[in-house]
Amino acid sequence: MTTVILALVIGGLFGFVLDRVAATNPQYIIKMLNLTNLHLAKVILLAIGVGSILMFGGQMLGLVDVGHMSVKTAYVGVFFGGILLGIGWALSGFCPGTGVAAAATGRKDALFFIAGGLLGAAAYMATYPSIKAMGLLSKIGGGKVTLGTVPGAKYEGLTGIPGDILGIVLGIVFIVVAFALPERLSGAPAGKTQPAE
Amino acid sequence: MLNWKTGGLALGLVFFLAVLLVKPIGVSTQFVILDGIVWNAVDPTVVTQTEDDKYTSSNAYLAKSGGKYAKSVANPLNYSFVFVVAMVIGAAISAALRGWVPKEERVMPPIWRANFGDSHVKRYVAAFVGGFIVLYGARLAGGCTSGHMMSGMMQTSLSGYIFALGAFGAAVPLAMMMYRKEG
Repeated sequence: MTTVILALVIGGLFGFVLDRVAATNPQYIIKMLNLTNLHLAKVILLAIGVGSILMFGGQMLGLVDVGHMSVKTAYVGVFFGGILLGIGWALSGFCPGTGVAAAATGRKDALFFIAGGLLGAAAYMATYPSIKAMGLLSKIGGGKVTLGTVPGAKYEGLTGIPGDILGIVLGIVFIVVAFALPERLSGAPAGKTQPAE
Repeated sequence: MLNWKTGGLALGLVFFLAVLLVKPIGVSTQFVILDGIVWNAVDPTVVTQTEDDKYTSSNAYLAKSGGKYAKSVANPLNYSFVFVVAMVIGAAISAALRGWVPKEERVMPPIWRANFGDSHVKRYVAAFVGGFIVLYGARLAGGCTSGHMMSGMMQTSLSGYIFALGAFGAAVPLAMMMYRKEG
């Protein structure tokens, strides 16, 4: 029962914040991807940085359970799957989480995204044995690894650098990049102000 | 809408809260679980219980990793599935408080209209095809923008960086080619 309550609270907050940062709006996703409005890129970078510093800082202080980490396996398909996701992301302006949340805000195109997504997931379920046979799921770089070695974690480190300190340093880097990024990187119309959205 | 500083801080706090209290956030697996729930409702032989409280499936993907997906299909009231249902509720509450999405944006965003015209069918087909590719890719990768990129890079996972490289490496050039007109 506790897990269900936690799921309701954290999931509810996640959906609420996704909508408040405009991640449910395909306009902002597309304008991040074509580099004409980096609002969401800044949001994502800052969020990763804040999350990383709090989690690793909390671990060092003994306030955060290292056992709650869940590191995914690195394999060839992660890269190819990322490319496919990127193509569909640019085409639709949605990713799995934001698409579902967007439908909840009243976007009809998001409903079509979800329908396509359910079919795509089913297609993967059907083709999984051949994907596996093709070797696309073979581990690379040691599989479930973190960049540094996190004290007390069940995961290997790619390097011997203390993983918690590295996590905090990278967190700071993410935040610095978030602040350093300009409003837009591409095609700024000369002498024209950006149209209101 | 929140500015990027407040918004990024709030989003980071949610990702931290998740890993503090339970585990990192992820969404795309639940498309598989929902497919499994529907499939199993139509054909109850898809997910079966073995002895000692474990589950397996006639589908190799649902049966993998000791049947953990099969178990979630059999018990939808688990953390990850309820999390996504709650995400829907949270997004709806936020939208209701700000007066929902403006009517003219409910079918397509302005930048789509500026580049591809006002055809509803065209936009719906693109969203459907996009959804298919996104979820096929997410399942091949073993996670999506939330699970791989945000939760992954936050934990300094190698896989998160590989995923982000593939996703942005494909999405940015394609979006720059597709959406040349400002919307």
